[in-house]
Amino acid sequence: MEEVRLTQLVRSSGCNAKLPPGELHKALDGLPSLHSDMLIEGFESSDDALVYDLGDGRVLIETVDFFPPMVDDPEIFGEIAAANAISDIYAMGGNPSIAMSLMCFPSCLDISVMRRIMTGAIAKAGEAGVVIAGGHTLSDREPKFGLAVTGFADKERIWTNGGVRPGDAAVLTKKLGTGVMMTAHKAGECDASEAIAQMRTLNREAKEAAEGLCVHGATDVTGFSLMGHSYEAASASGVTIMIEAERVVFLPGAEKFSRLGFLPEGRYTNEDYLSEKVSISEGLPLPLRDLLFSPETSGGLLLFMPPEDADEYLRRFPSAFIIGHAEDRREHPVIVI
Amino acid sequence: MIVLDTSGYSCPEPVIMTKKALRDNKEGLCVIVDNRAAKENVARYAAAVGYNVETEAEGNGWKLTISK
Repeated sequence: MEEVRLTQLVRSSGCNAKLPPGELHKALDGLPSLHSDMLIEGFESSDDALVYDLGDGRVLIETVDFFPPMVDDPEIFGEIAAANAISDIYAMGGNPSIAMSLMCFPSCLDISVMRRIMTGAIAKAGEAGVVIAGGHTLSDREPKFGLAVTGFADKERIWTNGGVRPGDAAVLTKKLGTGVMMTAHKAGECDASEAIAQMRTLNREAKEAAEGLCVHGATDVTGFSLMGHSYEAASASGVTIMIEAERVVFLPGAEKFSRLGFLPEGRYTNEDYLSEKVSISEGLPLPLRDLLFSPETSGGLLLFMPPEDADEYLRRFPSAFIIGHAEDRREHPVIVI
Repeated sequence: MIVLDTSGYSCPEPVIMTKKALRDNKEGLCVIVDNRAAKENVARYAAAVGYNVETEAEGNGWKLTISK
């Protein structure tokens, strides 16, 4: 059987396939939102997941995420899609428990490819302690896969993107550049092995390393880019997030391929939406500016905590790094220096 | 100057096509693009490998004149 190349079947891939944020707001803003007294985080808050009060001191956290493949290997695609979907539960400080799969599958592909996608997803879910307990499958021209994931947390210990306080350090737990590296990979320019390894990595350890530390706010960095997710956190928290560009760590090769124009389309729609909300130092080289606006897939957690807790966190989870801090609200919600 | 039409292609395809075409046309070429990401990305590529780029609107897209 001829080896399938999943990325050749799709126009866009990974979190880059998200509808541009400006378009999403045009479609949804002003719609009536049905009210539930038990819903703590819902439609309005632009957070990573919904949070539902179970009334016994616990909350239920629910999220859904699916996308077209960014790698050719079906099993690795399944792993990345699962790690990416489950991440939203970690970004809320929760423990993921159960999931259902969403699969769109072209009739032209051998059914064994679907099995391999599911094999990867089940393995990654198992690593997170998540049971995939059902799902729904459609016939579609382009393959897509993801999970709807449910998790639980103590009500008093959930992390939202609206709790960031002035003085908090901003800690990022994975390198930036997956979107650029996978665009270069699709073009045959590199093997992107480090980007793929990073996308397959659960944010479980990153979340558990914060156990007992004071986390005021959290999100994860995916399709809306570091700039977009920082803006959502700053906006929800009423603060300004200052990012020091030289402290941001990029995947090896990301700056080079950014300079060569291997940028996902979402890089441009992200900046369209964010141009008035984000202030970037004019001296920042264009390849770095491009990376800050580029979509990430299965990106790291962005945690906001007091500087002393951030220092302890870095001791426990040394691959994370501080990228800046929060201040009292200024004119722009996000400032890059 | 030869003309490369990348209309209908999404990134990274227009960059790959430009890269290949520049290999055979080292003095430069014109590239037609029909979407913004292709316009920006092809311009970045050409500049990064040492060319000057002039962009003008044409039809439903842009014409990029890439020269030494």
